[in-house]
Amino acid sequence: MLRRTLLATAAIGFGLMAAGSAMAAGMDKVKACFVYVGPIGDGGWTFQHHQGALAVQEKFGDKVELQWQESVPEGADAERVLTQMAMGGCNIIFTTSFGYMDATNAVAAKFPDVKFEHATGFKRDSANVSTYNARFYEGRAVEGVMAGRMTKSNKIGYIGSFPIPEVVMGINSYYLAAKKVNPNVELSVVWAFTWFDPAKEADAAKALIDQGVDVIASHTDSTAPLAEAAKTGGKVIGFGQASDMAEYKDGPRVASIIDNWGPYYVERVGALLDGTYEQKDTWAGIAGGEVLIGEISASVPADVKAEAEALRDGIAAGTVHPFTGPINKQDGSPWLAEGATAPDGDLLGMNFFVEGIKGDIPQ
Amino acid sequence: MDFGAINPAVLIASLMMASVPILLAALGELVVEKAGVLNLGVEGMMIMGAICGFMVTIHTGNPFLGFIGGALGGAALSLIFAFLTQVLLANQVATGLALTMFGLGLSALLGQGYNGLKPAATGPVPFGPLTDLPFFGKVLFSHDWVVYFSVFMTGALWYVLKATRLGLIIRAVGESHEAAHALGYKVNRIRLGAIAFGGAMAGMGGAYISLVRVPQWVDGITAGAGWIALAIVVFASWRPWRALIGAYLFGGITVLQLNLQAAGSAIPVEYLSMSPYLITIAALVWMSSGKGKAAHNAPAALGQNFHASR
Repeated sequence: MLRRTLLATAAIGFGLMAAGSAMAAGMDKVKACFVYVGPIGDGGWTFQHHQGALAVQEKFGDKVELQWQESVPEGADAERVLTQMAMGGCNIIFTTSFGYMDATNAVAAKFPDVKFEHATGFKRDSANVSTYNARFYEGRAVEGVMAGRMTKSNKIGYIGSFPIPEVVMGINSYYLAAKKVNPNVELSVVWAFTWFDPAKEADAAKALIDQGVDVIASHTDSTAPLAEAAKTGGKVIGFGQASDMAEYKDGPRVASIIDNWGPYYVERVGALLDGTYEQKDTWAGIAGGEVLIGEISASVPADVKAEAEALRDGIAAGTVHPFTGPINKQDGSPWLAEGATAPDGDLLGMNFFVEGIKGDIPQ
Repeated sequence: MDFGAINPAVLIASLMMASVPILLAALGELVVEKAGVLNLGVEGMMIMGAICGFMVTIHTGNPFLGFIGGALGGAALSLIFAFLTQVLLANQVATGLALTMFGLGLSALLGQGYNGLKPAATGPVPFGPLTDLPFFGKVLFSHDWVVYFSVFMTGALWYVLKATRLGLIIRAVGESHEAAHALGYKVNRIRLGAIAFGGAMAGMGGAYISLVRVPQWVDGITAGAGWIALAIVVFASWRPWRALIGAYLFGGITVLQLNLQAAGSAIPVEYLSMSPYLITIAALVWMSSGKGKAAHNAPAALGQNFHASR
């Protein structure tokens, strides 16, 4: 019996090897490199990407060599770092911030043998550039329901990072969901113009709180907005962003959006190892498991919790779309007709607020 | 300008708080530069203070000790700079830049395992009924002790530099180390003291960020505050009260522009964000025009190393 198993295993092994050599693109060992916009210790965005990277290491062990660089500025510096990585033997490079888009495409053109994976971008100028993103706006809608139900002042806030479609669609989704359950809700948006600057993020949260806002969602990377909300002793609530931020569970954090990059990174590095790698554009959401909603804390009333979870499950099942018409743009012109859902193209290029949001998007 | 729904008392109170880190660091650097040393490592010393203060507070549960720890951490790092530049006579600019990088890296290393912890809170100083005064209660009597300490230090430094023998010696060393040496002052020792003082002040400023302003530790928490402190020293033309104005201006505009956004003001964010820099440029132009010549008082021996070879 044992011998038979052994033989069978050997046969499968030979078969695989034959298949591998036939495709000729498989690799024995992959060096996977990651470029981070902030420090791994940010407790949010970069932390989650790094968790994904570690998942790759755990899955493939010795077959994968990891390399990463933290706090790489977006812009010319990124190009230098990417070039160094490409020349340093990286087989696949994940660039994990929107602002690396042009640098990624510029360097990718010079190194056709290296695979580039750009998070949250839309440019794939050469065949070796893939893009991947998560439908965070789905999570924003779930947050919006809780915000609309739980605000006492009817003022909710959003700390925006940069005025890019990714952030704008998050704001719109959050607002629409809140407005739906609470027609009196008003949204204040503060642009921090940074992904990671804890002091500034705390200041932005403080400014919102000073203006009477009592539910804060943030699109920046650190836990500082939650720390600021914690100072109010329970009057102000917020959400974990990018990571669960469970350490604020007893305080202001009522739920969270968790970016779960691990499965995607494992899939892509695995594809490179077995030779099935192809250029693609991935945009998964709650349904695909890339966006998770963190545990809704006990401070949320049971009916609100049930409502939020129903929305989450509806989105996962595909029966609900956060952007379902009728929706007008801020200036009153129609965007989506009754019952229509937003096409992905509209979302990816979103540069307008929906009707009801005050203030302009900085251009 | 439309202040809309912004309460000026709340605004002033929050700008005073937001400015404390850069003010403390700028005051420390001001003394260092007055003694003729250019230490560009403010950012590194601040973040060392931030992590050291944070660690001390977590372990002792006492935020006051945390500030002492932050000051010691910043001072300890600055002593490396002092050793390299005052004993080994290394280039000050290069050493200062290296100090920043070293401080950022070392703090990230020390901070492993401190992510996500919450330090004991630093409460406002109890002023009793004074806090309930309209406007002034919020503006003047609602702060923690570090805010008052930063203002006190501004006055103290102004007095020491202007009117005491110690201040005269520090200025003499910074203006002409040869002359100070000829008079029998130990130039390098005095500079070493100034550098340690600067480090301690920057460390306290950093600790204020990690203990009060953000109350948590994350890598890179100072996010460039040290560079702003350096700019404020020049903006202030090496005068303590002007450093206070500079810090409040920078801190104030930051707070104001966020508040204006939250209140839904129509002024585009970009103009507000660039206004502190515009004001700095205007001030520098004014200072370098004939009228402000006297105010343009950079220490003559700034950035030059001294070796008692004669």
